[in-house]
Amino acid sequence: MTARNKNDKKPKSKSRRKFLVRGGLGTLGVFALGTYILRNPLRRKVLGIAETLIAPYSGSGTKPNLWFEITIDNKILLHSPKVEMGQGTFTGLAQIVADEMNVDIEMIEVTTAATSTGIVDSIGTGGSLSIASMYTPLRELAATMGEMLSIEAAKQFGIAKNKLQINNGTYFYGGKELTYAQIASQVTEWEIPDTPTLKSSKNFKYIGKPVKRIDQIAKIKGDPIYGMDTTMPDMAYATIIRPEHVGAKLRSADTSDAEKMAGVVKIIKREDWIGVVAESYVEAIMARKKVKVEWDIPKIWTEQGIREMLKVGNGDKMITQKKGSALEDDDDKVVTIEFSSPLGAHAQIEPNGAVAYVNEGKATVKLSTQVIGITQKQVAEALNIDLDNVNIIGTYLGGGFGRRLNTSHAVETAIISREVGRPIKYFFTRQEEFQNDTFRPPTHHIMKGKLNDEGILEALEHHYASGDVAINSVLLPAPLHGVLGTDIGAMRGANIMYKGLPSHRSVQWHTTLPFATSWWRSLGLLANTFAIESFVDEMAIKSGSNPIDFRLAILGDKDSGPRIKTVLKEAARIAKYTDKSDGNRGMGIAVSTDTGSPCAHVVEVAIINNRISVEKVTCVLDCGLAVNPDQVRAQCEGSIIMGLSASLHEKMTLKNGKLSPTIYGAYDMALIKDAPKEINVHLVQGVDEPLPVGEPPMGPIGAAIGNAVRRITGKRLTDLPMRLS
Amino acid sequence: MKTSFTINGEVKSIDVDGKTPLLWAIRDDLDLKGTKFGCGKAACGACTIHVDGKQVRSCSFPVKYAEGKNITTIEGLSKGGQLHAVQQAWAEMVVPQCGYCQPGFIMATAALLNQIPKPTDQDIDDNILNVCRCGTYYRMRKAIHRAAEIYASK
Repeated sequence: MTARNKNDKKPKSKSRRKFLVRGGLGTLGVFALGTYILRNPLRRKVLGIAETLIAPYSGSGTKPNLWFEITIDNKILLHSPKVEMGQGTFTGLAQIVADEMNVDIEMIEVTTAATSTGIVDSIGTGGSLSIASMYTPLRELAATMGEMLSIEAAKQFGIAKNKLQINNGTYFYGGKELTYAQIASQVTEWEIPDTPTLKSSKNFKYIGKPVKRIDQIAKIKGDPIYGMDTTMPDMAYATIIRPEHVGAKLRSADTSDAEKMAGVVKIIKREDWIGVVAESYVEAIMARKKVKVEWDIPKIWTEQGIREMLKVGNGDKMITQKKGSALEDDDDKVVTIEFSSPLGAHAQIEPNGAVAYVNEGKATVKLSTQVIGITQKQVAEALNIDLDNVNIIGTYLGGGFGRRLNTSHAVETAIISREVGRPIKYFFTRQEEFQNDTFRPPTHHIMKGKLNDEGILEALEHHYASGDVAINSVLLPAPLHGVLGTDIGAMRGANIMYKGLPSHRSVQWHTTLPFATSWWRSLGLLANTFAIESFVDEMAIKSGSNPIDFRLAILGDKDSGPRIKTVLKEAARIAKYTDKSDGNRGMGIAVSTDTGSPCAHVVEVAIINNRISVEKVTCVLDCGLAVNPDQVRAQCEGSIIMGLSASLHEKMTLKNGKLSPTIYGAYDMALIKDAPKEINVHLVQGVDEPLPVGEPPMGPIGAAIGNAVRRITGKRLTDLPMRLS
Repeated sequence: MKTSFTINGEVKSIDVDGKTPLLWAIRDDLDLKGTKFGCGKAACGACTIHVDGKQVRSCSFPVKYAEGKNITTIEGLSKGGQLHAVQQAWAEMVVPQCGYCQPGFIMATAALLNQIPKPTDQDIDDNILNVCRCGTYYRMRKAIHRAAEIYASK
């Protein structure tokens, strides 16, 4: 039995509404939308709407949802509207609650809010915004919760509130004790006060400290905490047959042999897929091999064909940044270099999947999802039932990286369950993962620049082509695409941060590809920064100046300029950056700023047997207040290694019209041998509030590696993944 | 087909097709969910367990070969409530992020230390071939060296 502090009973409606509404306010926009050039007033207006729609955090203020639960063993259970996918959010939230409620962090437990038990974020978890967006609302909620408990404690003791003594979730007065749990179990109607004054930062016990992850022991012991580990009684297993060729359609299927296989429960034919259901996973896999399918394959897509489609000059054009005059093509002082990045897979280790049961017009779905609220809507729409009849139970995620913003498999599992009349567990095979990913789109970039007579850069232009990132994604309502005219996800990191340049511009060319491309950790940031920062480095070399002074001269003092300068200078200083190379080893530097957090890397590269080996990375990040500096460092390390993997190893291609490769190994990803043996992360606090952490450090890594290779070999590598031969 | 083996110190018998990958017998028949499914083709290592003390990728190991063998999964690694040296080192270094691949890495590391109690960086590079998508490799290497120290002190 647990005491639910505020939702079981009706508190005073006025106060309660205020309480929830205050908690429900988001504080940051996902994208730096202010940097748009949009002369069209309609576009400007819609952009305002888009900003609201994609606000990072939106809790309901009208439904009887709950945030905190006080358990019988006197623990405070936070039902988190944000999911835990490795980024350490649960730990950060626990630190915030412990500090504002003045209890030991051991008293705090965090769980993923289900749609039936708590406030889920109607948008989702992503954009590196969980801590940044929840920091203030959660502090207010926790402080208010503490105040509510004190009011009730005073009532139960029959004394004035200021006479209470409290220690770690237990009140004391006149030799008697009252725990939070005892109080909560007595209260029938909560009084909700105005939000109390928040703790001064100098009194923080947990915020700003390197607290160990609260979920790590469960993870080290192998506890069953992921979507893949969930079950339901009397569950059957499904596997789904989908086309392997891009754009193929199901023509016909003969399931007669498959139906005779051991353990088969049912085979379901839909318009574009076939579900094979059996008593065990292995039986389902065996049976699917016996299904004879014929496909209509209208076209054999090739990598070359995709490259032709996706070129600067093709697709929808949008100028997203413009200052000064454009560079003239016939100006022989203009330097032009082209860059590219390949199609990339998410390759998160936990496959996508779900366990679902649809019965008597109600659906329950358990899964790893970044978008619990959106998953709920999609299941409700597909089954044509009310939203209230769909309960989505989110679990820990075995990696997110943007892949779990798309949860069509939840819908498919629910449909199969409805057809079979039993709970169904369905998850992707690894081949299915690689061929049905919502990939990081390939990109093409043309960089142009011009030095003035003193060797200082006077103009810089970034023209880039990308597939869908935000466009056609669940996070951006379709009617807005045409009006915005820009893919705001592909735009991440695409605008020129060197605001001191007299002329600079950024121009996007957008093309929708014949397969799904979407959100991938840091969106366009990695590829855009690779192009811009490699080019700037090349221009520094041409000008004969060192790459730090060259950048400092053009960063300017507006907007984030001073904060970008700080991380750049600090990285160079700490790493003892030098342009000198001995022919085998050398350094590279690059910087970017993303969602308000500037980050610079200095990498030390060694060329070993004609292979690029990243030996050391010095990372300087300004993410404002680091709620948990150790986990901020962990995010930097992870972002660096994932970005290194994308920069030196990974590439999806098309083979005979099929997306390929379809297995780890063949899809070459960094292993422990490829990771730098030294990663030095230094944090700079340029502002007092927490800012995004999980994606910004990915920005400069590719360019920093390329810049080091240039210093060692004299060769400018322009295509990801970078290879020496 | 009936197959019997010792798993985490207990003798178990299961009745499944002998070709069934041991992973699914462990996860679905014995309900031990710590051993993870990642790829099904022995390419990622998320399903790493020990069979007679050696690391095995259980997604590609047929049940019939487990007959009479001594199997350890992540659930059996810690003894009497005490974390294994590798798990202790993992906790000290705060290695896990999403955590999904971690049991596989921990099992692979424990097997490595059985073979090479004080591995060099080269030993680690040559033997730890699992895949982690969060990029915890940097801390993992430190944790492997730390685990060797804890191991040696016992």
